[in-house]
Amino acid sequence: MSFLLRRIMTAMLALLLASLVVFAGARSLPGDPAIALSGEGHDPTVNAVIRAKYGLDRPVPVQYARWAALAVRGDLGRSIRTGLPVAEMIVRRLPITLELAILATAITIALGVPTGVLAATCRGRPVDYIMNGIGLFGLSVPPFWIGLVLILVFASTLKWLPASGYVPLLVDPVENLRRMMLPAFVLGSGFAAWVMRQTRSAMLEALRSDYVRTARAKGLPSTAVVMRHALRNSLITVVTVLGLELGVLISGSVITEQIFLIPGFGKLIVDAVVTRDFPIIQGVALVSAVAYIGVNLLVDAIYARLDPRIRFA
Amino acid sequence: MCALVVVLAALLAPRLAPYDPAASDEDAVLAPPFTPGHPLGTDELGRDVLSRVIWGARASMQAGVLATGLAFVVSVPVGLVAGYYGGWWDLVTMRLVDTLLAFPYLIIAVGLAAILGPSLANASLAIGIVQIPKIVRVARAETLSLREESYVEAAVAAGAPDRTILLRHLLPNMTNSLIVQVTVILPIAILAESSLSFLGLGVQPPTPSWGVMLTAAQPFMAQMPWLAVFPGLAIVLATLSFNLLGDGLRDALDPRA
Repeated sequence: MSFLLRRIMTAMLALLLASLVVFAGARSLPGDPAIALSGEGHDPTVNAVIRAKYGLDRPVPVQYARWAALAVRGDLGRSIRTGLPVAEMIVRRLPITLELAILATAITIALGVPTGVLAATCRGRPVDYIMNGIGLFGLSVPPFWIGLVLILVFASTLKWLPASGYVPLLVDPVENLRRMMLPAFVLGSGFAAWVMRQTRSAMLEALRSDYVRTARAKGLPSTAVVMRHALRNSLITVVTVLGLELGVLISGSVITEQIFLIPGFGKLIVDAVVTRDFPIIQGVALVSAVAYIGVNLLVDAIYARLDPRIRFA
Repeated sequence: MCALVVVLAALLAPRLAPYDPAASDEDAVLAPPFTPGHPLGTDELGRDVLSRVIWGARASMQAGVLATGLAFVVSVPVGLVAGYYGGWWDLVTMRLVDTLLAFPYLIIAVGLAAILGPSLANASLAIGIVQIPKIVRVARAETLSLREESYVEAAVAAGAPDRTILLRHLLPNMTNSLIVQVTVILPIAILAESSLSFLGLGVQPPTPSWGVMLTAAQPFMAQMPWLAVFPGLAIVLATLSFNLLGDGLRDALDPRA
């Protein structure tokens, strides 16, 4: 498993760099934190005490080490506005966004992969053109506009689903799903277009390959060739794309949660920017970078499972 | 064709728009579409929706061109040098690029908005920064394969300095892939600008932008859907046309596709 070991090493390196970026970003914010904490007085001795208390008088590398050590132990500081620990606020919001992301990814896979396979197997026929057209349209439509249109149709006009708001899954699972349906669709559908295009091109390549010709030549039924041989090999590309687009999913959740007023991770970010709550912004940036690096590590592990060539390369 | 329409609308907005996008028509507040004088209706302040949609093209194109330009100016030299020289420089660059990839574009945009304040320029900066890893990768991959070509070998043998090889031999030969990348990045940038403006992190009202118009339309959605329909359609038209242009160019310029 030397592949995984090497991969974990690069992930750690990326994590280190990402934390440096977050730290540097937070330090380049305008305003002296000591003055912000001491308030209007600007008493130099008070400022010095505060600097000493928070270690702001130490060299920058020492400050980074302290901050990183605290972050590793899950201490991301306190929100300026509410005084609550940032880590706690993030942990409370994360499951909501996670549910949204899982539902959205399910919709993405359910919509994107079969249509991609269908388009590839029907290459050059009307089905292919229709799928491609829908895919291109899906890539071009802003997700928040789809959200507004869906609210207009399903909530305001047809009154089938509530327009916004959130009910915890454990309190009322049915109502929770009813409220999560539109947001998950909004988040998942745009991305499905992207997955469809990737699946299609990966499938086209796989269908041209020698092993597919061999499978056909030995008389395997067409579905077996497509599903067992071509699709399995195309899935590597699809899994990679899904991992890489986690960033898009995080960005998308910010917008989706804003439209549907879901109190998740994304809403936390927007609210933090509006109130200029820097510890939250810093914490959120760090957590999303960690999530992204972690998921891509996972993707590479799955990758190695799907394709032995990678494991032993 | 459609892409041309969007570009023209952006360039000629002051001449094409029937009204000043900020001017209120007090006699026609929230007029529905097809009202005489206001073909697409007016918004809650009586501003002409058609004029604002045309002016919105300007914000979108500005963000698109700024972000794409920034990303290319930074990425192409970095990718060229990383691919051509290889070694530790390549290693360091690619790790940095991977790190940049770990931040979702909204997080970067949010961070920049927090540090520099929300504006169209800062939003474009954020969008551009996020695109850098993709273009660096393309430029590096192209350089890696072009480096092995015999004309590069010939140039090295003829004693051409690295600068000449990079700028006269490698760069011109990757122009096609880079042009295709422009058409990939531009629609993404347009979409991102509208998203950021929608969240209040991009263009600031009252400057007309499609994202800002959609934010303003949100409370009136149920009664006046046209306020959200037209700017949304404009975004779809702009991105779709550049995506189509990109697909066409890719088929024409990239023999592998």
